[in-house]
Amino acid sequence: MLNTTIENASRRSFMQGAAGLTLGFCLPATAAAPVAGQAASAPPVFAPNAFLRIAPDNTVTVISKHLEMGQGTYTGLATILAEELDADWQTVHIEGAPADAQRYNNLFWGPNQGTGGSTAMANSWDQLRQAGASGRAMLVSAAAKRWRVPAAEITVRDGVVSHAASKRQARFGELAAAAAAEAVPASVTLKEAKDFRLIGRSAPRRDSADKTNGKAVFTQDIHLPGMLVAVVAHPPRFGATVRRFDATAARRVKGVVDVVQIPSGVAVLARDTWSAKKGRDALSVDWDETRAFRLGSDEILARYREMAKSPGLVAHRTGDPEQAFANAANIVKATYDFPYLAHAAMEPMNCVIHLTEQGCEVWNGEQLNTGDQSRLAEVFGLRPEQVKINMLYAGGSFGRRANTHSDYVVETARIVQAIGGKAPVKLVWMREDDMRAGYYRPLFHHALEAALDAGGRLSGWRHRLVGQSILAGSPFESMMVKDGIDAVSVEGAANLPYAIANRLVDLHTPKDIAVPVLWWRSVGSSHTAYATEVFLDVVARAAGKDPVAWRLELLAEHPRHRGVLQLVAEKSGWGTPLPVGSPGSRRGRGVAVHESFQSYVAQVAEVTVAADGTLKVDRVACAVDCGIAINPDNIRSQVEGAVGFALSAALYGEITLREGAVVEGNFDTYPPIRIGEMPRVEVHIVSSAARPTGIGEPGVPPLAPAVANAIGAATGKYPDRLPFRAEDLRA
Amino acid sequence: MIQFTVNGQLRQVDIAPDTPLLWVLRDTLELTGTKYACGQALCGACVVHVDGAPVRACMTPVSAVAGRQVTTIEGAERSRVGRAVQDAWRKLDVVQCGYCQSGQIMSAMALLASNRKPTDADIDNAMAANLCRCATYQRIRAAIHAAAKSLA
Ligand code: FES
Ligand code: FES
Repeated sequence: MLNTTIENASRRSFMQGAAGLTLGFCLPATAAAPVAGQAASAPPVFAPNAFLRIAPDNTVTVISKHLEMGQGTYTGLATILAEELDADWQTVHIEGAPADAQRYNNLFWGPNQGTGGSTAMANSWDQLRQAGASGRAMLVSAAAKRWRVPAAEITVRDGVVSHAASKRQARFGELAAAAAAEAVPASVTLKEAKDFRLIGRSAPRRDSADKTNGKAVFTQDIHLPGMLVAVVAHPPRFGATVRRFDATAARRVKGVVDVVQIPSGVAVLARDTWSAKKGRDALSVDWDETRAFRLGSDEILARYREMAKSPGLVAHRTGDPEQAFANAANIVKATYDFPYLAHAAMEPMNCVIHLTEQGCEVWNGEQLNTGDQSRLAEVFGLRPEQVKINMLYAGGSFGRRANTHSDYVVETARIVQAIGGKAPVKLVWMREDDMRAGYYRPLFHHALEAALDAGGRLSGWRHRLVGQSILAGSPFESMMVKDGIDAVSVEGAANLPYAIANRLVDLHTPKDIAVPVLWWRSVGSSHTAYATEVFLDVVARAAGKDPVAWRLELLAEHPRHRGVLQLVAEKSGWGTPLPVGSPGSRRGRGVAVHESFQSYVAQVAEVTVAADGTLKVDRVACAVDCGIAINPDNIRSQVEGAVGFALSAALYGEITLREGAVVEGNFDTYPPIRIGEMPRVEVHIVSSAARPTGIGEPGVPPLAPAVANAIGAATGKYPDRLPFRAEDLRA
Repeated sequence: MIQFTVNGQLRQVDIAPDTPLLWVLRDTLELTGTKYACGQALCGACVVHVDGAPVRACMTPVSAVAGRQVTTIEGAERSRVGRAVQDAWRKLDVVQCGYCQSGQIMSAMALLASNRKPTDADIDNAMAANLCRCATYQRIRAAIHAAAKSLA
């Protein structure tokens, strides 16, 4: 057995401190003294730590410090706690944690609570296992005392504590009060993998029922007494401000209660959403655009191409790249262009804030709990603990709700302030507001060169990137921007795993582009995986190598990359002939492999390209290594979704600026794929004993390059810009 | 006053007749299972049934449903087809963020009500107007087939 002592000082104090903090909820039946807010008659609840409550009715509540935005984290986190607790999965409920940087911080982020970078599972793994195991130990010890038997003879299974010799049994609920009086153990014994009963078994999602009957509560669904709905007129260009506005027509709309100016525009408040929207549409605003950003996407790209002609700041350097290129027998070059991308989560951004005498209460699909909490405290002049945040389900995010500037949250606060806090406010962005309000995956230009020596070996690699920094100006800047290099601009490129003796990666970070940018599902890897993996295929073709065999050769030192590559090659039938398509069409198979957030994914795509350039992705085989598979079915589901999400971007995703104004506004011009465009996706999981890592994002990066490489195999042309365009693929 | 039936209950609303049914359901009647995502009949998140036929509530003025029967996701379980679809969705863990799923389920119910054995092509057709940003499409397809089987 694996015996872990809870030795980490902060974690120890956290476990004990948590018990102290939740004392109010773990009053044993005999201790009648009521604590603040709780009646003496309230039923005793066992709350051994900040993550677990067991009620007398046997309900096990797991408190999730991370946001559920579709990635399945509620189910996954509850699984690991329930495993060590030996709970009955049917009795497990999951609740979002309040904002609390001390108790609920992301252990990878210091004293900072938040969800992102596919870290939820990885940072919670030890913590929640210990939380479950310590709860179990306290239940066992309570049972041992009650039955006067040795604790070692007691077993626990599916929420029932048993002593076989004396044939005694108790459900968790019956022991809750007694367990609450037990001391929190200083060390706990965790299960060995062979004893897992929930981990690895695909426990069904706990949010499926409420998300199929309309009961799941999203921010959009919050109704408070007296609440006003706000719809905002935002400037048509980034950096423009309100010069003056005329609200006469807006105020005439029935239901409209108020019209206020805020730093980010003009807000119309009404009793209901439709009236607020009608009021907003009736506003006439005169915008001051003297400081507005006015470049178009084409002009930005032209500038980036110019910048790529001179060296940037060095992000990685090994060997002697100049020498390798000087001695090359053959040099291959390519460039790749990536557009701005909107997150376009199905639920447009929104937030509810109620300012009271005591502080403020927030309802939000809350992804950066601590950041938003401290910004709101600043805006309202409150202490952070006076800002209570209810973390609700998010209808998607893909990074959008993790905004280090708290943009839409602060916008809501400014509206509340502008009306003197007289009513709770729900900010609702219409789809067009959501798509045009900024914070896009940055537009990038990549230029690559490879040197092949006389023996056809890959002897040199130069990779230059040009694009805006996501982290500059954010609170993460000091941590993640070093010597002018934003780590997320070059992730996936600087750390290229292939054995290339002489390699240079450099970066230009334009500072004069005022388009707000943000992480977008898989962050830097959303473009670096494409540039590196497509270029590798282009070079493989020039060197006459098989894309899979060559990768395996260049990855000798990277067993986990090799593992997924070998598995996907086998499952996809790599090397076997593809059935031919209809006359005139061309078919091809392409591979890509990429590690992001310490999870490894390889994909093989099969495509059909029609003579007119129309592309159909028929099948995508995926192999995944994300360590111990907590919930294999959720891993499959996430990777299926990642394939569809990434394919949407590869086929259609592009936010275009024209003279600084965003052209796209809704799903007609920025569509995701439809059901008929979804390829057949198979997901194969590498069996692993490594610590679990995330799966929300890592399925995204390999998809577009695998498809591009399949297009290359079919047509000889490797797309050098995204999204794919039929005109580039015509026969 | 506009009068119509929602999930079997007679409701009356005092509201401008051009108000989209979506906002009457969500804001006036507080039936928030029907979702807003595009407002332009582009995504299907707001699909409800009017006299059994799927319509996009965001572009349907409430006056158009006067005297008619509206079924929303909250009423899905009232029909055998609805229960079969919900069951299949749960068995296959279709949902991710869940925000599009009310609309998906209402569209799937309409399909199965008129076609008990839909082919993949039928599904592509009937579900083409329901977008899912989480791309749960593969499971939606499987769940519709599973529901069809359970109804057979
Ligand atoms: S909200 Fe009605 S179709 Fe999108
Ligand atoms: S489940 Fe998230 S949009 Fe469909």
